[in-house]
Amino acid sequence: MTPADTRRRWGLALPAVAVITLFSILPLGVVVLYSVLTPGDYGNVRWVLSGEGWFSVLFERDMFDETVSLSDAHITILFRSVGLSLATTLLTLIFGVPTAWFIATRAPRQRGFWLFLITIPFWTNLLVRTIAIQEIIRAEGVLNRILIGLGLIEQPLQMMFTNFAVLLGMAYVFLPLMVLPVYAAIEKFDFRLAEAGYDLYASRAYCLRRVILPLVRPGIIAGSILVFVPSLGAYVTPRIMGGGNSMMLGNLIEMQFGQGRNWPLGAALSITLTLLVLGALIWYTRLTTGGRRHG
Amino acid sequence: MTSASRLALAALLLSAAPALAEGTLNIYNFGLYTPPDLLEKFEKTYDVKVTLTEYDSNETAMAKIEAGGHGFDIVMPSASVVPIYIEKGLLLKSEPNQMENFKNVDPKWVEIYWDNGRHYTVPWVWGTTGVMVNTKVYKGDINTSAIFLDPPEELKGKINVVPSMNDVIDMTIRYVGGEPCTTDKAVLKAARDKLIAAKPSWASIDYTSFEKFINEDINASVFWSGAANRIRAENAGFAYGYPKEGYSLWQDNVAILADAQNVENAKLFLNFIMAPENAALISNYTRYGNGIIGSDAFMDPGLADAPEMIIPENLKAAGHFQQTCPPEAQAFYTRIWTDLTK
Repeated sequence: MTPADTRRRWGLALPAVAVITLFSILPLGVVVLYSVLTPGDYGNVRWVLSGEGWFSVLFERDMFDETVSLSDAHITILFRSVGLSLATTLLTLIFGVPTAWFIATRAPRQRGFWLFLITIPFWTNLLVRTIAIQEIIRAEGVLNRILIGLGLIEQPLQMMFTNFAVLLGMAYVFLPLMVLPVYAAIEKFDFRLAEAGYDLYASRAYCLRRVILPLVRPGIIAGSILVFVPSLGAYVTPRIMGGGNSMMLGNLIEMQFGQGRNWPLGAALSITLTLLVLGALIWYTRLTTGGRRHG
Repeated sequence: MTSASRLALAALLLSAAPALAEGTLNIYNFGLYTPPDLLEKFEKTYDVKVTLTEYDSNETAMAKIEAGGHGFDIVMPSASVVPIYIEKGLLLKSEPNQMENFKNVDPKWVEIYWDNGRHYTVPWVWGTTGVMVNTKVYKGDINTSAIFLDPPEELKGKINVVPSMNDVIDMTIRYVGGEPCTTDKAVLKAARDKLIAAKPSWASIDYTSFEKFINEDINASVFWSGAANRIRAENAGFAYGYPKEGYSLWQDNVAILADAQNVENAKLFLNFIMAPENAALISNYTRYGNGIIGSDAFMDPGLADAPEMIIPENLKAAGHFQQTCPPEAQAFYTRIWTDLTK
């Protein structure tokens, strides 16, 4: 490669590099920098280096006797965030994969219509959709009235403002993100391969496990990542569906920048969230490239 | 807030966008807190285009103003943060006390700790943070913080607490016999334990929508007086209580920013809202008192003598002006709040 070639390549890459530096690396750098400074008295930061922000992500000094221990509250919130995100991913898998299968196996001309139905919720604001779900599960809501009408329960169930409500809200909001990539993978699947499996006396379950799933796996993994990552940082849904009773990471971060007036801790928590997402993405790359090697 | 007034607000913002008029004024205020008819009247009177931008909390506003480059002329800090604004040099010493309409300001709102003699700020609205209870469900005394801290059986599971950390912890500290912003660990511990013990009886820690009260999904809440007035208008079962153990008084204030571009128009606005007929527009919209003498006559019927506006004589002493806690105390507050909402 001649020097001119190299220059040309850099020149061509420059706009992309500039955009990434300007809008991704620099802002992230500011967050990293703030995470190692001292909180200002009334919000903002003082320009004094301090490890206190990072220390407080996982540890705390006891309010009353100054002993250092793992921060029970932060760890509870961290586990709740990861746990609820995994549960959301699982729930969207259970409902999303059969839905995608159903759509992909319709006649080609009908598929557009079904996909259209899946995308309709995107037209509505997230807030409106979340509040609509709340309307369904409230004490006097549709769901409770149906259950009472069927004689299954006598008293309305308290579903609003629980972890279940948060899970339901997130699964509903993120379901299309699972359906679409899985659909794309199944649509490309060559059904003659399944027929070949049957010809070789594979049972339905065996065919699903050994022929179909390995080939649609990249779609399932992509869908899982697309659901897991935004779930981890979810803010609006836990805030509304959880009624503020049980925070997730996003809510904890917001609190540090707002009422808590501890920006370095907020910044350190944000970076922690970024690292968690990065971990999930690395795991994803491993899984997909690993899959190709076997294929 | 009705959808009609929301629409009016949106229309107003749109019409203000192409700033063609001679003068402009950029106001930065809490959300749903600025009456559209007030701005419209100001625009017509002085031929000034007003642009309104909204924020959700004092912290958000201060962060943005400190960062600079915001372009705002007027901000509405709460009493508790005015001293911080002044200390940081963010406000213009506009001397509202020299303005023509200053004579209308109630003397009790002039000698105040956050801006004694009113050199920087003008009253916007004042109110209290108390409790609101559905009296169809609970017949007992509602002038107590026990409503949410030692809840009566009838209300359990239907209680909301607003996620306004300082309001809630201040009330709890007073309930257990301390002073807000304390660093006395015995008091803080008692307050934390009280809150954590009460939480299982609560439904939510949320800025709940008014519909939840009107539909009686929620029957009691820590709440602000003006909001309580709006709900009572739709569900007469609700009443507002002033906790005898101690509750907060607060006032939001109008101030001109030190780096304002349209200082003359901003001064006109400050003077404008001290006129009784204009201050009444603010009260009619927000349902809070305004601190301008003579504005009662221009208020909606029933508002000036509403129970949310008139503090009963025997409970006046329990009201205290909210302070901004120093950083050490605030760190304790945050920890208690994290433990509570984890």
